[in-house]
Amino acid sequence: MSKRLHPVAWWAWALGLATAASPVTNPWLLALIVAVAGFVVAARRGPEPWSDAYKVFLRLGLLAIGIRLLFHLVLGGVEGPTVLIGLPQLTLPDWLSGIRIGGPVTAEGALAALYDGLRLAVLLGCVGAANALASPRRLVRSMPAALYEVSVAVVVALSMAPQLVASTKRVNRARTLRGDTDRGPRHLLRAVVAPVLHDALDRSLALAAAMDTRGYGRPGTVSKTARRLTAALMLTGVLGMCVGAYGLLARESTGLTGGLFLALGGALAVTGIVLAARRVPRTRYRPDPFGWREWAVTLSGAVAAGAVIATQALDPGVLNPPVTPLSVPGLPLYAALGVLAATLPAWIAPDPNKEAAR
Amino acid sequence: MIRFEDVSIAYGTRTVLSHVDFEVPEGELRLLVGPTGTGKSTLLGAVCGLVPHFTGGTFHGTVTVAGRDTRKHRPSELTDVVGYVGQDPLAGFVTESVEEELAYAMESLATPDAIMRKRVAETVDLLGLAELRDRPLSTLSAGQRQRVAIGAALTAQPKVLVLDEPTSALDPGAAEEVLAALHRLVHDLGVTVLLAEHRLERVVQYADTVALLRPGVPGIEVGEPGEVLLDAPVAPPVVRLAKLAGWSPVPVSVRDARRRAASLRSSLPEPPEPSPVEGEPLLSVRDLTVRHPGVTAVNGVGFTVGRGERVAVMGRNGSGKSSMLWALQGTGKRAGGVIEVAGADPSTLDPKRRRRLAGLVPSEPADLLYAETVAAECAQADRESGGNPPVSCWDLLCRFTPGIDPAAHPRDLSEGQRLSLAVAVVLTAAPPVLLLDEPTRGLDYPAKAALATRLRELAEAGSALLVTTHDVEFAAEYATRVIVLSDGEIVADGPAREIVTSSAIFAPQVSKVLAPARYLTVEEVRAGLA
Repeated sequence: MSKRLHPVAWWAWALGLATAASPVTNPWLLALIVAVAGFVVAARRGPEPWSDAYKVFLRLGLLAIGIRLLFHLVLGGVEGPTVLIGLPQLTLPDWLSGIRIGGPVTAEGALAALYDGLRLAVLLGCVGAANALASPRRLVRSMPAALYEVSVAVVVALSMAPQLVASTKRVNRARTLRGDTDRGPRHLLRAVVAPVLHDALDRSLALAAAMDTRGYGRPGTVSKTARRLTAALMLTGVLGMCVGAYGLLARESTGLTGGLFLALGGALAVTGIVLAARRVPRTRYRPDPFGWREWAVTLSGAVAAGAVIATQALDPGVLNPPVTPLSVPGLPLYAALGVLAATLPAWIAPDPNKEAAR
Repeated sequence: MIRFEDVSIAYGTRTVLSHVDFEVPEGELRLLVGPTGTGKSTLLGAVCGLVPHFTGGTFHGTVTVAGRDTRKHRPSELTDVVGYVGQDPLAGFVTESVEEELAYAMESLATPDAIMRKRVAETVDLLGLAELRDRPLSTLSAGQRQRVAIGAALTAQPKVLVLDEPTSALDPGAAEEVLAALHRLVHDLGVTVLLAEHRLERVVQYADTVALLRPGVPGIEVGEPGEVLLDAPVAPPVVRLAKLAGWSPVPVSVRDARRRAASLRSSLPEPPEPSPVEGEPLLSVRDLTVRHPGVTAVNGVGFTVGRGERVAVMGRNGSGKSSMLWALQGTGKRAGGVIEVAGADPSTLDPKRRRRLAGLVPSEPADLLYAETVAAECAQADRESGGNPPVSCWDLLCRFTPGIDPAAHPRDLSEGQRLSLAVAVVLTAAPPVLLLDEPTRGLDYPAKAALATRLRELAEAGSALLVTTHDVEFAAEYATRVIVLSDGEIVADGPAREIVTSSAIFAPQVSKVLAPARYLTVEEVRAGLA
C-alpha cells in the first residue's frame, strides 16, 4: 500500500489557506495564496483522475470573477470619480430606490468588484487543491464508524457519476447506429434518459446484492433504547453547535455564550458519534495513521490562517486596500510570510508519484 | 455442504425452479448447466441467500449451507460460509483499489486488522494478484477483475464458493487463468465450488459432477459429467462428438477424447474444402488507425471483404476488435486510413444514410432498444428507415426468431431473443454489410447454433458479415474466414479452417481431438462419416 498523507490533513491545510483568504481583498496576498496552493498541488498530486480538480476549480474561479464583474456592470456597487463607461441607467419606480440598473461604470467600482471576485476565486482554488490532493474515497474511509452508512452512500454516488457519463455516451452512440437523429426533449427522455436510468438501476441492484453477500449491514448488538439515546444525543448536540456558531458570528451577542453553546453541543455530538459507532460491528483494514507529517501539514495551514488573522487585528487596512483613490496596494509582509509557510507540505508530504514508480 | 430439500421458487405466477433436491458434498466442484431461462442464476442465488431475501418471490422447501438454513439467515449473515461472485464483477465492486476490495468482506465481519493483513497477503499470492495489489479496480482487465472478485469473496474464508458464469465474458487466455485459480482453490484449500457456465467446453473438465436443469422439467439431474451431458440439451462439442462416435464412458476433456479417437481419425476422409467465396468486394479497408486517449487501439489495418463472406475477428480482450468495428461502421472515429463500403466512405455520411451501408449490433444489444414493446420497437425501426423499408422489421424478426410475443417488453426477452430483435432493427435499413460485436455472450449452445445458421443464410443472400468474438466454437461454426487481431494489428488473416487449426488458442475442441485431420465442428464429422 502506497504511503499517502492522511486526507484529513490535506483538508485541514486547505481550509487553513481558505481561512487566510476569506477576510482578504489585497490582490497580492490573494495571488500569493493561490500560488502557494498551486505549488503544493503541482509538487504532491498523484496520477489519479481526481488530481486534475485544481485546474477545474481554477476555471470555476475565473468564472466567479467574470460573474462578479458582470453583476457590477449591471447593478453597480462601489462608486468613484473615474468613469470608464457611461451606460444608460434605467429609471425605476420610487419603491425600488435601493436598486440601480445600468448607469456609469467607474474604475474604482470595477476594481473593488475584481478584488471581491478574486477572493471568491482563491477560496475555490483552495477547495480545488484539497480535492486534487486527497482522494475523496479515502476521506470517506476516515469518517467515524457511526457515519458508516452515509459514507458508503457517498462512495457509491461518487462511482455512479462517471458510470452515468459512460452509459449516456454508449446509449447515444447506439442511437446513432439506428439513424435516430430526433432531438425533441420527449423523444430524448425515452431514447436516452430511460435506458441510462435503467442501466443505473440494474447496476445499483447488482452492487446492493454484492454488498449484501459480503456482509454489509450485519446487525449489531445494541438495544433499541440505546439507539434512541444516541440519536437524541447527536441531534441535541448538532442543534447546540448551530446555536453556538450563530452566537459567535452574530454581532449583537457576546462571544462567551456562543462559545459555551458551541463547546457543549460539540461534546454532545461527539459522545453520540462514539456511542453510535458501537452499532456498527466493523473493523478497518490498514487505517490511515495520523503522524508527525500530518500534524506538520495541518499546522502549516494554521500558520497561514493565524498570520492573516493577526495582521487583521493589528493593521486591518493592509488586508483590504482602499480603492478610492486608485492606487497600487502594498503587500502586508508578515501575513505574506505566514502564507509562505503553507508551502511546507511540498517538501514534507510523501510524493505519490515516486511511490507509484517504486 | 450445500443441501436443497424439495426447493421450489416462483416469481409471481412464473415458476423458476420446482422440486429441486440435491446435495453437494464438501470439497466438490459441481458444475450447474442448463439452457438459458432454466433458473441457474436463481439456484445460485438461493445458495447465498439472495433468493428470496433480496429478490423476493415465493420460496418453498429448505436450503441449508454448512448447517445454516438460508430462510433464517440473511445473505450478510452467510458471508462467512458462502462467497458469491456475480456475473459482472465490476458492478459488484464496492471500493476503489484491489487491496481494499479484498479486505471489504473481512471489515464487515469485524476481523482484527492484523488477521486481515495476513489473509490479504495470502489471497494475493494464491490468486497471483501480487502485481495488481495497489492498482485501482477500474484499470484492471476483465480476467484480472474476475480473479479479484474471487479473491474478495475468499478472504472471508467461506467454505462454499458460488460463481455465476465466471468465464463467459473472457477471452480464452483470461478464462484459463481464472479456471486455473479455481482449480487450485479446490485442490489446496478444499473449498466447495458451485459454478454455472454456458461455455461448457472451458469448464467441464474441471468439474467433479454436473447438475442439469432441463427447461419445463421439475427437479434436477446430478451425475458424472459425461453421463449427464450425453443427452442434455446443452453439451460441449467433445461430448457431442463422443455421442456421434459412440464412445463409452463419455470423455469430457480433449485429452481423454483424443486417446479414444485414433480409430475415428483413421476412418475419416479429409474434410471437403469449401469452395472459396468470391463475391465482389463490399468492404475495403486500408491503413485504418483508431486512437483513444493514450493508446493506439487499431494500427494500420487493411483488408477487403467480399459479398457472401463470413468473417470472424478474433483476439484478446482489448486487442482493438470493437474499436475497429465501430470505425468500419463510420460512427466510431478513426485517426487515419481509408474505408469504403459499397464504394462510399460511411464516416462522411449522416447517420441515416450510414446505416444503409453498414449496420452494427453493439455488444450490449439492449442499448439499441428503448420502446416499451417489441411491436413498438419494430414500428420505430420502420420509421427510422424512411417509413417504407423493403422488408419490415417485424417480418425480419419473425424470419430470424419466430414466436416472439409482440407485446413483450424488449428487456424481458431472453438474451438470444433480444439479440435477434437488435439484429432485425439494424437489418431494417437493408445494409449490405452487417457487423456484430461479441454477439454470443449469454447465449447457450442451441441459441449460438441458431445464430450461426441465420448468419449463414444472410451471407448466402448476398451480405458481407463481420463478427468479433472470442468464442472459438462459435467462430468454427460460423466463419469462412478468420482475422486475428493483436494489439491493434492483424497477425493472421485467411480461411477459417487454416487459421484456427494452426493455432493452439483458437482451435475448437473437435479440431484438437481430430488433428491433424482438419475438422472444425461435429456436423462436419457427421457428414464425413456418412
